Amino acid sequence: MSNRVLHWFRYASPQTFYPLAGRLLPWFALLAALSGAAGLWIAFFVAPTDAQQGESYRIIFVHVPVSWMSMFLYLVMAGWAGLGLAFNTRLSAMMAHAIAPTGAMFAFLSLWTGALWGRPTWGAYWVWDARLTSELVLFFLYLGYMALHAAVDDPRRGDRAAAVLALVGAINVPIIYFSVQWWNTLHQGASVSMTRAPSMAATMLAGMLVMAFAFWMYSIAAALARVRAIMLEREAHMQWTHELQEAAP
Amino acid sequence: MSAPSSGAAFLGIVRRDLRIAMRRRSEPLFTLGFFVVVTSLFPLGLGPEPELLRRIAPGVLWVAALLASMLALGRLFGADYEDGTLEQLALAPAPLVLTAGAKIVAHWLVSGLPLVLVSPLLALQYGLPGDVIAHLMLSLLIGTPVLSLIGAIAAALTIGVRGAGVLVALLALPLYVPALVFGAGAVDARLAGLSAAPNLALLGACLALAVLFAPLATAAAIRIALE
Repeated sequence: MSNRVLHWFRYASPQTFYPLAGRLLPWFALLAALSGAAGLWIAFFVAPTDAQQGESYRIIFVHVPVSWMSMFLYLVMAGWAGLGLAFNTRLSAMMAHAIAPTGAMFAFLSLWTGALWGRPTWGAYWVWDARLTSELVLFFLYLGYMALHAAVDDPRRGDRAAAVLALVGAINVPIIYFSVQWWNTLHQGASVSMTRAPSMAATMLAGMLVMAFAFWMYSIAAALARVRAIMLEREAHMQWTHELQEAAP
Repeated sequence: MSAPSSGAAFLGIVRRDLRIAMRRRSEPLFTLGFFVVVTSLFPLGLGPEPELLRRIAPGVLWVAALLASMLALGRLFGADYEDGTLEQLALAPAPLVLTAGAKIVAHWLVSGLPLVLVSPLLALQYGLPGDVIAHLMLSLLIGTPVLSLIGAIAAALTIGVRGAGVLVALLALPLYVPALVFGAGAVDARLAGLSAAPNLALLGACLALAVLFAPLATAAAIRIALE
């Protein structure tokens, strides 16, 4: 048991994690590409045309997984940030920092694809729907995290300040979601709602799950690639980065 | 000389911050002035129809209060950080959580409470009926402390940071959403002849949660800024 614990903590240091991340990265990228291709194939060729929405509904194969990932990644980011704050490990904070841009991208994509889907379905690019609004606030939270990190000159202080913000945001996200839903029912009455959507075909669900897996793998690959760059940048003065440079041909 | 008790330290900091605010009386008045001017601009932009103004009044007054209290955040720690007082407060025997709480209380008394007190006048400009005005005051009374508490976290995180003024807005405004929704919702509900109680209760829940967590997060952020 103690052996195992030791084994895990070994990779908490950038020096040992850097090569591991390099070895894992291609596999996650490959998984992302393969499952992404499979998911898109299901989305375009296998899933039936929707009776009410026609072909335009097919964007949900991107939209729904992207929205899931944007919320999930915020929690993962807050988790790493919390770990970094609690144990003062360099790598955890770097991981949180590496995940943020990917999460922000997913939040933005979710809004964008939602707008593209909303135009033919609801007749408007933007509706003040509870989900849209809370996704927008989530996007702002990502922006705030990145802006705070960028504004602080010392990266270690930036890590810790941004970590506090990420944790505060993580507590707030459910409250914001709930409050916006409350606001929506109060102001709008019964508008088009995604929660009342008819139960979907099994192939549609399968397609969404495969796409979610693809985006998940992509997120890991992107975070690993970014954290490798961050490690090199921040530890440029350390022995191991110099050795790395000498070892390269 | 023995260390003062926590309660004495708390009251001492509140009293000190209030005294400083009284000596620089113009700054707290800026916040109030901003609140009054912004709410008076909306009718100029939207036209004077009483029906329209009455409908938008809860949202306008709440958003203006939110922006006004956000503008005041720069004063919360800025001056104390620059002259080194904040560092001394962090080194003092009183727990930093308590110190942060005291500074937030003082900040609310200076920048939040005046908004509550002046809001009936502005509500009259918008033609709100009397009992709705009472509910607006009540919602602001519960809601502005939430804004001060959450804002304090953002203010502490941006201590000594470049472009702190704008950054505070980016950090704090998304976190203000629940307070805005429940606060404006309470007044809206009253205006529509419904009970404001559910919204006010939820706003109170936000306040309870913020009282619990915000001083902790603020103290952690101050420590990070000072190390």
